[in-house]
Order: sequence, then C-alpha cells, then structure tokens
Amino acid sequence: MLRAEGLTAIRGERLVFQDLSFVVPEGGALILSGRNGAGKSTLLRLLAGLVRPEAGRLLWNDTDALSDRTEHGRRVALLGHQDALKPGLTAAENLAFAARLSGRKIDAALAELALEDLAELPVRMLSAGQKRRLALARVSLSSAPLWLLDEPASGLDDPAVDRLGALLARHRLGGGMIVAATHVPLPLLKVETLRLNGA
Amino acid sequence: MIAILIRELRLSVRYGADTLAAVLFFLLIVSLFPLAIGPAPETLGRMAPGIIWVAALLAAFLSLDRLFGADFEDGSLDQLLLSGVPGIGIAAAKTLAHWMITGVPLLLAAAPLAVMLRMPAEAIPTLLAGLLPGSALLSLFGTAGAAIVVGARRAGVLLPLLVLPLVTPVLIFGVAAADAAASGLSPRPHLLLLTALLLAALPLCPLAAGVALQAAAE
Repeated sequence: MLRAEGLTAIRGERLVFQDLSFVVPEGGALILSGRNGAGKSTLLRLLAGLVRPEAGRLLWNDTDALSDRTEHGRRVALLGHQDALKPGLTAAENLAFAARLSGRKIDAALAELALEDLAELPVRMLSAGQKRRLALARVSLSSAPLWLLDEPASGLDDPAVDRLGALLARHRLGGGMIVAATHVPLPLLKVETLRLNGA
Repeated sequence: MIAILIRELRLSVRYGADTLAAVLFFLLIVSLFPLAIGPAPETLGRMAPGIIWVAALLAAFLSLDRLFGADFEDGSLDQLLLSGVPGIGIAAAKTLAHWMITGVPLLLAAAPLAVMLRMPAEAIPTLLAGLLPGSALLSLFGTAGAAIVVGARRAGVLLPLLVLPLVTPVLIFGVAAADAAASGLSPRPHLLLLTALLLAALPLCPLAAGVALQAAAE
C-alpha cells in the first residue's frame, strides 16, 4: 500500500503543491487531474523517488519509501512525458533492457500492445502512437507493483486505448497499483481522483 | 550493471559513426602534426608522446557530452535510475562502456601512430603502458564530469572546462613516463603514479557521478 502524508514540492523557487495526502491500496488506482503546471508530473516523479519532497512522507507498507531510493525504484514502473526509447534500436531491442531486469519475455508484452509486427523495426520509423504503445509495453514488462503513468493515452487510437484498459485491469487484478496523470478519461473502473490546483 | 553495459555496447554498434568518430579524430589530429611541424624524424620522435597523449585526451572528450545527455533528453535516465541499480553502478557501467568504446580503440591506434611519428621503438611499450591506466582515467573523470553537467545549458562547453584541469596530472605523468623511457630512464615512478591515480579514481569518480545523476533527475 502506498500512503502519502502531507507531501509538499518546490521546483526552483516555486511551490508546486503542498500538504497532499492520499492512499493507494493494493489493486487501487488514483487519477491525477488538474491544469497544466498544477504539479501532476512532479507528483509522479516524487512518487517514483526521483524528486525529494520538501515536506511530508511517502510510506510503502507503512515504512519510509524514500529512505532507500534504489530499493524504491524496484517497486516502480514509470511512463514519463517522454517515451524513453532509443531511435536507432528496434522495438524489441528497446524492450530488452526492461526484460533483462524483470526476467519476463518480450513477446508477450509486444502482443499485449499489438506490436508484434513492428518488433524488428527501428523505433525512428514508428509513429508517435506506436512509440507510446512501445513505452507502455516496457511498463507491462516490469514486475514493479506501482505503475506511475504520465498521460498514458497520449497519441493512442481507440483500439490502443482499449488495450491500455486491458493492461491496466490485468495489473490491478494482480494487486498492482496505478497512479496516472491524465487530461482524458482512462478506461479504468473504481478509481479515486485527486485534483491538483497548484499552490 | 551488466544489462546497462550491454545496452550501451548495443547502442554504440547501432550508432557506429559516433563510435568511430573518436578514433578517426585521433588519427586525423596526430596525422596533422607531421604536416605542421615537418617530417624531421628527430623532432617528431621527441614530440610524439605529447602529441599522442593530447590527441587521445581530446578524442576521448568527443562522445562525453552525449554519454548522459541523450539519456537525459529522451527520458532514459529516469528509467536507468529506477532500474534498481544504484547511481554508482549506473555510472560505473557507463564508464566501462565509454572505455571499451573509446579508450580501447584509442589504445590500439596509438602504437601505429607512434611508429608513424618515429617514436623510439623502446619507448612505445611504455607509452602504451601509460595509456592503459590513462585512458581508463580519462573515462572515469570524463564520466564524472558528464554526470555533473547533464541537463545544464551548454553542457558541451562546461564539460572540458570542468574535466581538463582534473586530467592534467594524467597527461603529465603519461607523457613523462614515455619521455623517460625514450631517454633511457626508468618510467616506473610515473607509471606507479598513474596507477595510484587510477586506484583512487575507480571508486570516487563513479560515486560522484552517481550522486550527480540523482541530482540531475531532480
């Protein structure tokens, strides 16, 4: 279970948000909404342990999650603004690193996002939506229980959004947790919503 | 760490032109000296250690600003930091990859270039013996510098300003070892100093780079 207590973040000189508290139970999902610049991405990076909170605590099963950021990194799969793909490598090669870390098979992840036919293509030849699907395939390869997704449906067509829904449902069914920042409705059932208004 | 190393080597194969650039730059710079100062064997031979060391140092810098810069820009750095490998491990893997991709080819190219510059044959093994820890030191200091400037504006300009002063002792001891061998003196003290520098840098540079990478992600 992920519990945030009174989280406050400052970027540069700007107070991004303050005193945020929420709980994401096993199998739970939390949607972050709010205007551009409200701090959704910053909160995701903070939950990933990439950014330290100015105040407050982040607890993982009631222990300080950020006391060992390397260990916390193993609990997290992050889909950021960028797809984190190397254009010169093929789709399959881009997934190889995540597959090696998790010990899972690339084929299943490619199939889950309907990318089998693109596996041997260099990523520079993929469209924006295909790249997003590939980045989602990397997340699906991960064995991390907490998925942090920044605009996961960005650039996806309707069938891909359906596949995203199935992927998220599978993860939650296995006890996984999801925190997603989005401006568009996601195919998720029984979600909590946290609206960020900026500080 | 091995996964990161494999990833880096795979990328270097795919971006072969970038990988070859350092060696070609090294060959080109060294080849210019006989044209600039004349082909007199005695002059060239005397200057050869310095020419090769300076050219190797500059060539090693070519790929450094992209070492973490590309990962920072495309979001891969976040993925590396969340991979469960500590920052020091990421930096160590990147350093080893840089040395294998840049340092080893420079080392292999140095001997024929030394012959081309008419360096005394008895001094060439010493030149290579110095370049072996020297090239590793360039990768270690270079990786630490690259991690410190990642995300900064004009990182490519900052990087040499930061790292060149740090690698000056490496240059001095490396050239001095080859000069000593060419003059019939023992190069041992200089090589031992290079080795001592390497032993100190081996844990410290990846540690500094790891901390810098985590700071860059914030």
